[in-house]
Amino acid sequence: MNEQQKITIVQNIMNANDGLAEQNRQNLLSARLFSINIMASPGAGKTTLIEKTLHAFTPSHRVLVVDGDIATTYDADRAAAAGAKAIQINTGGDCHLDAMMVSRALSQTTLSEYDLLIVENVGNLVCPANFELGTYKNVLVASVPEGDDKPHKYPGMYRGVDVVVLNKIDLLPYVDFDSEFFSKGLQVLNPNVEIIPLSCRTNEGLEKWFGWLNKEMDIFKKETS
Amino acid sequence: MHELAVTQSILDIVLQNASQAQATKITNIYLVIGDLSSIVDDSVQFYWDIISKDSIAEGAQLQFRRITTQFECLDCHEVYQPDGDSIICPHCGSTRIKVLSGEEFYLEAIDIEK
Ligand SMILES: Nc1nc2c(ncn2[C@@H]2O[C@H](COP(=O)(O)OP(=O)(O)OP(=O)(O)O)[C@@H](O)[C@H]2O)c(=O)[nH]1
Ligand SMILES: [Mg+2]
Ligand SMILES: [Zn+2]
Repeated sequence: MNEQQKITIVQNIMNANDGLAEQNRQNLLSARLFSINIMASPGAGKTTLIEKTLHAFTPSHRVLVVDGDIATTYDADRAAAAGAKAIQINTGGDCHLDAMMVSRALSQTTLSEYDLLIVENVGNLVCPANFELGTYKNVLVASVPEGDDKPHKYPGMYRGVDVVVLNKIDLLPYVDFDSEFFSKGLQVLNPNVEIIPLSCRTNEGLEKWFGWLNKEMDIFKKETS
Repeated sequence: MHELAVTQSILDIVLQNASQAQATKITNIYLVIGDLSSIVDDSVQFYWDIISKDSIAEGAQLQFRRITTQFECLDCHEVYQPDGDSIICPHCGSTRIKVLSGEEFYLEAIDIEK
C-alpha cells in the first residue's frame, strides 16, 4: 500500500558545511592559532599579498599557508619559497574551498606549532561566500582593474567579510575607478567594514594591512588566553 | 559553480529525513532559494538527476520557490529590488538599507510514499 505524506523539514541547506566550519573554528581556537581566509576574483593579487605578508611576518611568526587551487601547486610553491609551511588543496574542479577540505588539510599538521594561518581560497567572486571555513577573520581582496561596481554586482561576497583590501592602487591613474561608488556598494551590506587600499607593486598601504593583522592577532590572543 | 556540493547537501538532508519517516520513495522536494544566494536551479536539477540515481529519491521532482531580493531604505523607506548595476537606494542614494528578503536558502518539505 502506498501512503502519501508530506514531511515539513525547514533545514538550512548549508548545515553540513556550517557544522564542519564550526569544528574547524573550535580546533583553531584551542590551538590558539589566529586564522584568515583570503577570497578574491582570479588574479586580484591574493598570492602576491600573501608573499608580502610572509616577508613581513615570518621573521617573527610561524606561518602556515593553506592554498586552494583547482589544479596546480604554483601558489603553494610561492608561499613555501617565501618562508611559510604550505599545504596545497587541489579542489579537483571545485570553484571554492569548503570546510571539509580545510579540515583535512589542517589534520596534516600540528596547529599549535603556528601563530598565523592564511587560507588562500580559490579565485572566484561568487561561490566562496556560501562556504564558511571556520577561520577567525574573512578577508576580501578587490583590485582596481576589476572595476568599482563589483560590490554592487556580487553583494553576497562582500557582505560577510571583516576587511576589504583594495589592491593595485598603482593602476588608479590608468583606470576609471570611482572609489566612492566602490565604498558605497560596500557600505550597503557591510556598513562597518574597513577598506585598506594598497599596492603590492609599490608597497604603498602595506603597512596599514600589516597593522590590521597585528591588531587582530592581539585581540585574538587576549580572547584565547 | 558550486551546485554539486549544494545538491549533495540537499540529498543528504532528504535521505536522512526520509529514512526517519520510513519512506520507500520520495516524490517531491520543496526548496526555498533567495536570489542573493546565487544558486542556479537548472544546475541543481542537472546534478540531482545524477546523484540521486539508485536511491529512494531517484526521480523526485525538485520544486523551487525563488525569493526575489528586496531592500528597504532606512532613510526614505523606499522598498526596492537592486537592479544589478547598483545596490544603493534608487530614490535618495542612501547606503543605509535593510535586507527584507533574498537570503533564504533552505529545504522546506518533502513528499514521500511509504
Ligand atoms: N600593477 C599591479 N599588479 C599586481 C599587484 N598585485 C599583484 N599584481 C599582479 O597581478 C597578477 C596576479 O597576482 P596573483 O597574486 O597571482 O593573483 P591571485 O589572486 O593569487 O590569482 P589566482 O590565485 O590565480 O586567483 C600578477 O601578475 C601580479 O604581479 C599590484 O598591486 N599592482
Ligand atoms: Mg593565487
Ligand atoms: Zn532612500
